[in-house]
Amino acid sequence: MISQQDIKDLAELARIEVKEEDLESVRAKMDGVLQYVSEVQQITATDTDILFVPALHNVLREDVEAEMSGIHTEGILKNTPEKDGGYVKVRKIL
Amino acid sequence: MTIDIGKLTIKKAAEHLKNGDFSAVDLASAYLENIKQKNGEIFAYLEVFDDVLEQAKHADEMLATGKGTTMTGIPLAIKDNMLITGKESTSASKILKGHIGTYDATVIKKLRDEGAVFLGRANMDEFAMGASTETSAYGKTKNPIDTSRVPGGSSGGAAAAVAGEMALAALGSDTGGSIRQPAAFCGIVGMKPTYGAVSRFGLMAMASSLDQIGPLARTVEDAEIVFNAIRGYDKNDSTSMPDTLLLEREVKKGLRIGVPRDFLSMEGLDKRVLENFNGKLEDLKKKGYEIVDVSLPYLKYALATYYIIMPAEASSNLARFDGVRYGLSVKGNDVSDSYKKTRAQGFGEEVRRRILLGTYVLSAGYADAFYNKAIQAQKIIRKDFERIFKEVDLVATPTTPSPAFKFGEKTDDPVQMYLADIFTVSANIAGLPGISVPSGFVSEGGKELPLGFQLMSPHFCESMLFRAALDAELLKQ
Repeated sequence: MISQQDIKDLAELARIEVKEEDLESVRAKMDGVLQYVSEVQQITATDTDILFVPALHNVLREDVEAEMSGIHTEGILKNTPEKDGGYVKVRKIL
Repeated sequence: MTIDIGKLTIKKAAEHLKNGDFSAVDLASAYLENIKQKNGEIFAYLEVFDDVLEQAKHADEMLATGKGTTMTGIPLAIKDNMLITGKESTSASKILKGHIGTYDATVIKKLRDEGAVFLGRANMDEFAMGASTETSAYGKTKNPIDTSRVPGGSSGGAAAAVAGEMALAALGSDTGGSIRQPAAFCGIVGMKPTYGAVSRFGLMAMASSLDQIGPLARTVEDAEIVFNAIRGYDKNDSTSMPDTLLLEREVKKGLRIGVPRDFLSMEGLDKRVLENFNGKLEDLKKKGYEIVDVSLPYLKYALATYYIIMPAEASSNLARFDGVRYGLSVKGNDVSDSYKKTRAQGFGEEVRRRILLGTYVLSAGYADAFYNKAIQAQKIIRKDFERIFKEVDLVATPTTPSPAFKFGEKTDDPVQMYLADIFTVSANIAGLPGISVPSGFVSEGGKELPLGFQLMSPHFCESMLFRAALDAELLKQ
């Protein structure tokens, strides 16, 4: 069974604030889902090609300019909550 | 001539437009008028675009100069998770309120090139997470057949727009049944193509290994027209498959349809749904189809498998919503606090739950028991289908275990809501194409509630799928 502390840890990892008063309802509903999906653990595969979980890899395009430089700049910046000139403004990290 | 939108299909409208019986502007105006009458109550659209008549004028020009196609001037609803240049697109989430598309999704570009008319953006479950459109941050869409019931989801607005005669057809996305299930609830046709057949470039990703874009339409023929307009290889989607795989395949007479009987004996399947389904099979038999029972013993794990893989991928895909580059931005004490507050306030309950769930099933210590196990289950289910498709041409199930349910009926219990997808998820898990066609009605509370009949075929056998769906559609219950 998943605990309230687990929810706190997951919320930290997922960068989603969960209020103290909501912890129990979040925990209870998520526990219900986890009980249900635990069904997959009944599967006992023996075939090696089934047991093998491939290491996933990213499919990336070549690192070249995919579009003409600057054609989307204005549109993209319009969506930005905080900007400074042609830059996206971010919070201090260090 | 007067336009009777109650009887129109894409096929008929295209003929009328070609013959000059009415113009694309007339047609668009008729739909705008009906939207004005109905959308207040049904709320299929989050927004009706202000340039509809301009688009229609352009379509008329194309038709006048002989550049028209079947899709030219056809008024469509677009699910709110596909980008259209200069238009808002929010995935029905507060976190993307005011977000404007900076480019056309590939499916939009293809339809725009053919002169299709985009009427507006259709309501949906937030980030396509739901089976009732109740998780939209902007309000509930009602089922046009019975307004006390949900239209299904997540493409509920798209289905309601088509069923409510507020669009001739619509584009939806289907990750676990989000096109087929609402189509069944609203009494229309909904189709999920083979994984890789339609580009997702410009579709907001939920679970990238499962998402597909597909049509919702009034007839099987219309669904096929839209599918053919949007399919095709696209270098901007790395999962896009070469067009050669989609070439017409020979469709033989006397197709064999497999029915996973053991799976249909599950708890929670409405008896009336099973009766309706069996009736449809009998009718198909009379049409020359061979119906055989097949055993797909691992199908019962498909839904659990889905609710591990989907949140795992969604938790990663939705990490991009951090309030820095677009959408809602809530200031906290520091950068991390800003992320947490933005995401807590911007995402609704179901989205937050799936992100947490996905984070859990991928975390060290649990990945083996959940995510890796689900990947194994997925492989077994795929093998099951491969084996079955050596014996039969198609697999049939009901689309949903029940007709459309009432508002609020399943919102407190996520697992109950998830069970609405039980028959549809397996096509996504195995990457197969699937279609839901109207299959008659059940009476409840004085209303005739529609049911759906689902067919699935092997990868890239869409032409056979449509052919069989056409036969299933023509047979009246």
